[in-house]
This record gives sequence, C-alpha cells and structure tokens, in this order.
Amino acid sequence: MTTALSRRDLLKAAGALVVGFTLPVPVLANARSVAADQVDSFLAIAPDGSVTIYCGKVDLGQGLRIAIRQMAAEELGLGVERIALIEGDTDLTPDQGPTAGSTGVAKGGVQIRQAAATARQALIRLAAQRLEIAEGELDLMDGEVRPLSGDNRALGIGDLLGEGGFGLALDPAAPLRRPSTYKVVGQPLPRPDVPAKVTGRHVYVHDFTLPGMLHGRVIRPNAVGATLLSVDETGLKAIKGARMIRIRDFLAVLADSEWNAIRAAALLKPVWSEAATLSGHERVRDAMKAGPFVAEETLVAKGDVDKALAEAGDRVHRAEYYWPVQSHASLGPSCAVADVRSDSATIWTASQATHRFRPAFARLLGLPEDKVRLVYLDGSGCYGMNGHDDAAADAALLSKAVGKPVRVQWSREDELGWDPKGPPQLLALEGCRDENGLITGWRTEMWLPKATAGLPNVPLLAPQAAGLPQPPGLITGLIAQNGDPPYGVPAQEVKVHWLADAPLRPSNIRAPGKIANVFAVESFFDELCAGAQLDPLVARLQGLRDLRGLTVVTRAAARLGWKPRPSPNPEPGIGRGAAYVHYKRSETYVAIAMEAELDKESGRIRVRRVVCSHDCGLVINPDALRLQIEGAIIQTLSRTLLEEVTFDSHRVTATDWTSYPILGFADIPEIEVDLVDRPDQPPMGGGEAAATPVPAALANAVFDASGLRLRTVPFTPERVKAAIMESS
Amino acid sequence: MTATAPKQGKAPPKTPDIRLSVNGKPRTLSAASSKRPLLHALRDELGLTATKYGCGKGQCGACTVLADGQPVRACLMTVAEAAGKSITTLEGLGTPKAPHAVQAAFIAEQASQCGYCTSGMVMETAALLATTPEPSLEDAKQALSGHLCRCGSHRRILRAVMRASGRPQP
Ligand code: FES
Ligand code: FES
Repeated sequence: MTTALSRRDLLKAAGALVVGFTLPVPVLANARSVAADQVDSFLAIAPDGSVTIYCGKVDLGQGLRIAIRQMAAEELGLGVERIALIEGDTDLTPDQGPTAGSTGVAKGGVQIRQAAATARQALIRLAAQRLEIAEGELDLMDGEVRPLSGDNRALGIGDLLGEGGFGLALDPAAPLRRPSTYKVVGQPLPRPDVPAKVTGRHVYVHDFTLPGMLHGRVIRPNAVGATLLSVDETGLKAIKGARMIRIRDFLAVLADSEWNAIRAAALLKPVWSEAATLSGHERVRDAMKAGPFVAEETLVAKGDVDKALAEAGDRVHRAEYYWPVQSHASLGPSCAVADVRSDSATIWTASQATHRFRPAFARLLGLPEDKVRLVYLDGSGCYGMNGHDDAAADAALLSKAVGKPVRVQWSREDELGWDPKGPPQLLALEGCRDENGLITGWRTEMWLPKATAGLPNVPLLAPQAAGLPQPPGLITGLIAQNGDPPYGVPAQEVKVHWLADAPLRPSNIRAPGKIANVFAVESFFDELCAGAQLDPLVARLQGLRDLRGLTVVTRAAARLGWKPRPSPNPEPGIGRGAAYVHYKRSETYVAIAMEAELDKESGRIRVRRVVCSHDCGLVINPDALRLQIEGAIIQTLSRTLLEEVTFDSHRVTATDWTSYPILGFADIPEIEVDLVDRPDQPPMGGGEAAATPVPAALANAVFDASGLRLRTVPFTPERVKAAIMESS
Repeated sequence: MTATAPKQGKAPPKTPDIRLSVNGKPRTLSAASSKRPLLHALRDELGLTATKYGCGKGQCGACTVLADGQPVRACLMTVAEAAGKSITTLEGLGTPKAPHAVQAAFIAEQASQCGYCTSGMVMETAALLATTPEPSLEDAKQALSGHLCRCGSHRRILRAVMRASGRPQP
C-alpha cells in the first residue's frame, strides 16, 4: 500500500488529477512520452495489473470518463474499476485535439481503443512466447492472459509487461474485439465522477487552491474597445494587502481572499475612454446584409436552380431566417489558477483545449512551450468555448506580475458580458415545387462571419488589454454545414456571403452554425409542404434516400403517434412538428418530433412532448448518451425560446439571469430518447447532433398549432404576439 | 437575536467572533467584515467548497445551503445573519460511502452532468422532502423553480426527487 500511496502523492504533487476510481497509479510523472503514436503515451500497466489511461480529451460532464474507460476496458479484458484516467494534462497526456465537435468518443476514444488493442496484441504475443502456446489460442481476460483451452497457466498483465512499458507504436491493424462479444461497451455503467459531485467532494477548478495563492479580479472596461485613461487606487487602502495590477488597459486587483478581491475591485476608480464601437443587437440583422464581405462561396451547386425557379411560376416561395448572438451561459462563471515562476508555469484550467492553448500561454508568458503546463480541472459545463480560457490568461498574467500563484474567478456579469459568443446567422431561402408538390429547386443563402484561416485559438481578452501580441482573427467553428436539404432536390445551391467581422467576439458554441442552418432548412421544407398541402413528415420520407435517415424519421414519427395530414392542424391550439438532420452530412442521424401549444393571448409557447430518435453508430454508454441528448434538447429549447445577447453601442446589456433568462423547471417537457444502436458502425458524436433539429421541430409544431410561422429566434412571447398582429 | 450579538450603541473594542454551527460542528467566523456573504466564508474560510458561486444575486440557486433546516441562498445571507444558526452544506449531508437518501437518489439517477448546479439542487430537495415527504411532480418543479441548470439535467433531477421520496418517477 505504501508504494501505491506514494505514487499517488507523486502524481498529486505533479499536479495531475486522477478522477473517479482511485487506484495506484503507475507513472513516472516526469518521464512520460506523450507522442500521439505511441502506446505508452496512452496507457500504462502497473505491476498489480491495474491500468492508467492518458486521455488528451476531457470530461465536461458529458460522460467521457466512463466512455473512454469502457472502450479501453473492452479491448483489455478488464473491469472499468481497474482503470484510472488522467485527462487533458499537457505534460502527461498526448495531444488528441480539443474536446470539441462531438469528437470525444469518435476520435479520442477510438484512438485510445486502438492503443488498447495494440497493447492486447503485444501482451498476447509476450504470453505466447512464455507459455509456448500459439497466439490464437490465448486471450486477455480479467487482467490475465489465459489459454482458451482452459489450461490454468494464466499470466497477469502487470507481470508480463514488467517495468519497461510497451515501446510500441499504435498499430492501426491491431485487431479489435468483435462487437458481438462486447461485455463492457454498450452497458449503461454509472459515471465515476457522479458520487463525488453529488456529495461535494469533486474538485472543480473553482475549488482548487495552492499555498500562498492570491485572488484576482479583472476590471473590464465599461465599453468594448475603451482604453484606460487613468485609475485612482486610493480606495484600496481600506483593504489590507489589496493591490492593483495594471498593464496598459489590463486592470486588476489582488487580495488575500476572493471576497476582498471583489471589494477591492469595487473600490478602484478607473476612467475609461469613450467608446461606442458596437451596433446594438437590434441592428445586427440589417448590418449583416450590408457587409463588409471578405468572400463569396458556393458550397453546393447541383442542377440549374434559376431555371427551376423560373419554370415554377407562382409556386416559388421565399423566406428569411435569423439566429441571434447567444452566450454559452455556463452556470458557474469561469475560473482558473496559475502559478507562474521565472522559468516555468502551471495553469489549472477548465479549458476544452489545453493542448491547443499551450503555445498561446507560452507566448503570453514569454516561456518556452515545454515549460508551460496546462492541467485540466472540471469547470462549470462548457458548450464550445466560454470564458475559461480567458480566466486562465487573466490568472497567468497576474501570477507572472506578482510572482505568486493567483486564482481568478469571474463574476456572473463578467461571464455573460465577456464570454466569447455564438455568432449571429442570417439565411435567405428560395424554393419551388412542381404541380405535384415535389420540390424542384432550392437555394440557401447564408450571411456568416468568416473564421480566420489557420487561427489556432480565440484571441484572449487579457493579452489584448495588456497590449501583448497574439494572432488576431475570428473563430466560429464550422458554421456553414447542413445548409442543403437532404431530400433529393434535383436543383440546389448553397451560397455563403462571408462577413469580415462579427458583432461581439465569436467562438464555437454547441453544434456551431448547424442549429441555425437546420432551423432554416427544416422549417423552410415545412413551408414548401404547407404550400402544397402535403404532410411534411411523409414528404421527408419520400425524399430521403438514406436508410439510417429513414429509420430515425420513421421511429420518431411512430413514437410521437404521427397521423398524416397537412399543417396547420384543423383543430388549432396544439400542434406537432418534426425535423431531421444527418449531422455534417457524414455523422450522427437524428429525427425530432414534438408537440407544442401556443397561447395566442399571451404569446407563450409550451412544449409538451419531445421524441428524439438518434443513431450515432455504436453506442458506448447508453445512459450517459441519453443524458447528453436530453441536455442538448433542453438547452436548445432554451436557446430557441428565450435567448438573445442584447447589447447597446457600448457593451453587452444581458449580464445576469434576469436579462439573459434560460429555461427553468416549469418549462421542461416530457422527453423520450430512442437510441438506434448500430454496433457494426463506428461510434460518432452524441453531444451536438441532437441539438440541431430542435428549433425547426418547434417552429413546425407552432405552425401546425396556429398557422403562425416563426423565423426569428428567440420565440419570446413579445415576438410571437407581434408576429400574430402582423399576420392578422 | 443571539447571545453573542453585541448590544447596540456599545461597540466593544474588538468585534467578537460570530458563532454558528456548520455541519453539526461549532465554528467561529471573524466578524470583522460581517456583511460578507456566508458563501465566501464557507468556501474560503472553512474550506467547504461544495457550495458554489453562480450569480451572487439569488438568481440561480447554486449556492443553496440549509440554515436551521430552511433552504437559503448563501450568496445573499451575510455571516452576521448566519450567527447562531445551524448551517448544513452538501458535505454535511452525507459522504460517498454513506450518502444521504437524496444524494443516493441523485447518484442512482445519474442526475448530474457538469454538476455545478448539483449542490444547490440536492440541498433544496433535502429541504423539500423534510417538509413534504411525498411531493407531487408539480411540488418538485415548484421547489426547484429558483434553480438553474445549463446542462439540461432537469428531468434526471426530477426523477431523483421522486426516487428519494419513493414516488413514481416521471
Ligand atoms: S450564487 Fe447564490 S443564487 Fe446564484
Ligand atoms: S449539471 Fe451542469 S449546470 Fe446542472
């Protein structure tokens, strides 16, 4: 036991966090290879046969901690409780890319699975030599290599491997276990971090402290783009030990406790320059049409759309859809702890991309990359990139300035005011049909901010304010996908007008761009169906060619109890709507059908029931997946019904939960998640795809209930009432 | 209200400490800045970090603790107001080995994603079940109406409330 403990202590001292099942951890913390093509970078086997997995991707609450263990456990023939997991530590884990785009399992897990399969092959080879039994007559079970014959000469995997590790490259051809033999993958195993979270023992970055640590608060300008003219710090005398740090426009206080830092920040009297650089949220939509543009791009061009439109005469329909600026609105504000020394730095951060940000922090601190270590600790849920990386830069700059460890936790106002935002999207659609209602032509035009090519990360607030160099530009994620209807329209075109800028600093937000694009495409499809008196679900089934797509649409419809008829409902009040996505046209298939009510008097929409049929290939953990899907649906209902970041010409004005409301318990509908498990298919993402059909399914249900077509998000009661007035 | 509170008008030379009970143990807090929120005293002075800061304005529920059995927002209650009270935080409710019934139900339902809202949700549920052992689903929604969850764990949380009270789950 002593050796086990000291190993664990060693790891703790090295700043790594072993989450969940605590086990003796067999690592020499400083001598690890993290090359992403080496088996030893991904896994280590202790003499007692327990395993540690090193994962470059992180668990943000989506269940990666159990899913990764399940994938490795299956190949290694081991129980998940024998596997420890280290996540997102740039010194200990291979760079597997950011935890984004629903790639945790699909890329990160698959890579680790291959490492485990390579390890299994190597262990069997070793045992074959020792036992003088053919490799094909051995297998890995319960932490031992055993002869299939039942002969009891088993060898423990810890003994077999010895001290040296594998010294092997990942073998892409190492055989994987057959899905039909799976014992661990596919099981609804509980997530190992839940008991600690529910009993208050889980260490979030917000809870992490270091000896001698100070608490910092950054004072943001009163307007985006304002500079700091002067600051009166005499007020700080009232608080013992409080001090001000100023680096050009980067203004902060340090104190010995968070409360004192909060008080100190309020006592500073900064004078900021006048700045009125923003358009105000009400002007965004018009401004997007006006440009300036940096490029025009045609993403899809099939057939002759103009000809189809000309031939359709009056059976042409046009509509415009708008998605506003939205916040990640994480429940807890961003936080980080930094310990910057003269020759090295360690930053504890809830970043979704520790590896990606390492060069940025090295540059910020003037240190070589290999002297900068980012260690992942859980934050409040993150759905793209919230303020966590900014808080980390705040803490790093302050720690460097003061020569002590510094913790920075943002306020609620900081978080909603300054987190990077989901960018706005404007779409104009044109479509036409023939006499039978078949869609013959379709054009989607998008107005979108253009992400800067090759930009590694979102420009951070701290270096910007401090006048430190960083590559400028915009990050948005891939926001132009899923703009084409997947229903076999013979002539179709998708065009993007790329804008030079976005109204507020953008970043990836859950299912970047695809939520708005699917909202527009799947709503407009229903508009065309309504014009032709067709049932929109039947029309989808007639247009779809993909069996997996047909399956989810059929299953969702059957679960909801869909009865074919055109919309709107002849009995108004309650409506049903459906929408479908093949995510990025290459990943997860989702169909959502729902029932909603519209109260015309109040303008309030009530979602009664949501059914989601979901096919993301092989399901690793159905319970964690269901929760992810439910979460994506609820969050997207919230974004659709309620959310818009308001701002005036100076600053964001939606900075608390009253001005930026999100969906609460009173409005949570019934949700049924129907998983289509396809063990023979590769596993794909579960965190994003289900969000994308939600807004259109809702808009289609509202149309069915009332004949009212909503094309501008959020569907607030005021906006709904205005739309009712307009239509009557 | 309490025996230790200073009498008005007779400011003692040194402010006496604030006494309260936290998770069943007597604790003292400095009264020097007695308007500071209990939340900060719990997290930074007593090291009880289960209770979370979400908004500091009573809008999100992340900071909920029990004060004499009543759910309160620790971001709004000052340490002066907490004097003499018996405070329970998530750590005091139960442990991973011996969880409180509400915690056990949250674990069984896996009613947490990022978990940042979980502490407040569990505390509010514990308070609800103490007064209403068999709540309806509507009671549960009502009790949790001041609590936000950004990850969308709501339905699992409601199931956990029902499970903890032995009622049919939604
Ligand atoms: S932090 Fe107290 S209610 Fe939000
Ligand atoms: S689980 Fe993340 S906020 Fe509720």
